Amino acid sequence: MNLWTILAINSVTLGGLLFLLSAGFSLIFGLMRIPNLTHGSMFMLGAYFGVTLLGLGCNFWIAALGAGLGVALFGALIERFILRRLVGAELAQVLVTLGLSFMVADACLMQWGGDPISVDTPPIGIGATHLLGVAVPTYRLIIILIAVVIAVVLWGLLDKTRLGAMIRAAVDDPAMARVCGIRVSHLFTIVFALGAGLAGFAGVIGAPILSVYPGLDQDMLPLALVVVILGGSGSLLGSLVGSFVVGFLYNFGQVIFPELAYVVLFLPMLIVLVVRPRGLFGRVTL
Amino acid sequence: VKRVALLIGLVALATVPFWVGNSYYINISSQILIYAILALGLNVLVGYAGLVTLGHAGLFGVACYAAATLINAGHNSIIVAIGAVAATLAVTAMFAVLALRATGLGFVMITVALGQIVWGIAYRWISLTNGDNGVSINVRPHPFGLALDSAPAFYWATLVVFLLTLGCMVIFVASPFGAAVRGTRDQPRRMTALGYNVWLTRFLAFLFSGFWSAIAGLLYLYYNQFVSPQTVALSASAEALLMVIAGGTATLFGPIAGAALVVIMKDVASAYIERWNFVLGAIFVLIVVFMPEGLAPGSVRLWRFVMARRQRRLPASVLTRERQS
Repeated sequence: MNLWTILAINSVTLGGLLFLLSAGFSLIFGLMRIPNLTHGSMFMLGAYFGVTLLGLGCNFWIAALGAGLGVALFGALIERFILRRLVGAELAQVLVTLGLSFMVADACLMQWGGDPISVDTPPIGIGATHLLGVAVPTYRLIIILIAVVIAVVLWGLLDKTRLGAMIRAAVDDPAMARVCGIRVSHLFTIVFALGAGLAGFAGVIGAPILSVYPGLDQDMLPLALVVVILGGSGSLLGSLVGSFVVGFLYNFGQVIFPELAYVVLFLPMLIVLVVRPRGLFGRVTL
Repeated sequence: VKRVALLIGLVALATVPFWVGNSYYINISSQILIYAILALGLNVLVGYAGLVTLGHAGLFGVACYAAATLINAGHNSIIVAIGAVAATLAVTAMFAVLALRATGLGFVMITVALGQIVWGIAYRWISLTNGDNGVSINVRPHPFGLALDSAPAFYWATLVVFLLTLGCMVIFVASPFGAAVRGTRDQPRRMTALGYNVWLTRFLAFLFSGFWSAIAGLLYLYYNQFVSPQTVALSASAEALLMVIAGGTATLFGPIAGAALVVIMKDVASAYIERWNFVLGAIFVLIVVFMPEGLAPGSVRLWRFVMARRQRRLPASVLTRERQS
């Protein structure tokens, strides 16, 4: 197994994690027009919740779900009690999310300390699986599988259910959706909590690979930002494609141009911005 | 009365080293002035042009890194100053071309991304920026033969630059260009109809803002004799933005008050608690939620609200304007 195969597998895995992170980010931006700068914090908070739950002796998957739920609750509270007060003042919302992200980061540092915490791979993911003659770490396969399953579930939710229809209606035209009797503000809370929960869940399942450390939020937020600008906001397909593009760019960039990994990452985003400002699959213009 | 007040203020500022005494506090005063220059420059963009940027620390940092590199290469202070400003203006122009593809939220997101690129370069491009260790210069340079080694001397030099900045801002606000910039903020469509080139006006405002960030960056490097990726981090951009917003956007003295507030708070807070970032975040949230128009007008409004128990119409600011529309 050569270097490039390993890189490609890592890229797909990172892409899967990024999809979990950015699907919520993209929906929140598409629906509420908030570039939610706490999204990286949600990822980190979820990871830390997971660490605590694992420390209490929880099963890995239960810890992941529990952390996801906890972060979803946290997100719902933020939406309901802070962002709700600022409806329509988009800029104020950005600044509040920025302030909150600093508070969350510092609170995590206070609570869990500054040392990186490594998380053991759950027993089911230990070892390698042979796939088409290539040995692939099983845990990475599981992450990819989870990302695919969640992508399908989200697509079903958005495309096939009444709730999804309401969300799509509110993304396209919030005022008209309101007139039709859709409680758009309830959708805001639901979508914000859903996005936060997905990010928190991703934080836990990503922990065995990325480990958990202060600054994880600042590492993940720009990636989510690039995914959404690249793929277009409010579009699941955009997040999916964007996530894998970013996953590949990040991993290959780090090996080929170690000093310029960040530039390699942001360059395609800038090109897309200049050529097609709404992103590859965007429903909403920035 | 206004002139007398100005004169008293000037005298007070000029004599700070005499009545403050301790060189530690003189240095704090220098820091306040440096950040006030940065905040005044940022205010052109955030306050007058209505373009909120979260990548400004990147511009500030480019000036720091450019100056440090030039100084270490052994150039004299004129070349250092010109080089740092030119490098910053070049980067500012790139920022502006890319970020001005969008306004409002898109603009914010693009500036965040651009600021992170600068951070990534500062952190990763080790052969150029020495990575996390940062770049230090050995001695505080003597620009134009002035010895700036003592705290009061540096303070006075900074004060001169600061007053120059303030003077330029007064001229800018009163000038037709200043009016045009405010016009593109309030009524871009009408400005287009009147024959103004909105994009170009914003672009020039961006450059103007970048120029003062470069000056502040240069002073910061002379003051600290060290620059590291921390200087260009997102939290540094947020701090600068907090200065502008806390003091009151689109006012001349708001950013100065904001800079003083943030620097003093940071100094005081870090003496008692370790959690400056938490405090910064909390202040951010509180100000935005309760005093969106800035501390000075905000406290006046809250006071009147308490007195009269009647909600008054809020003065226009970046935040309230959006809420009203």
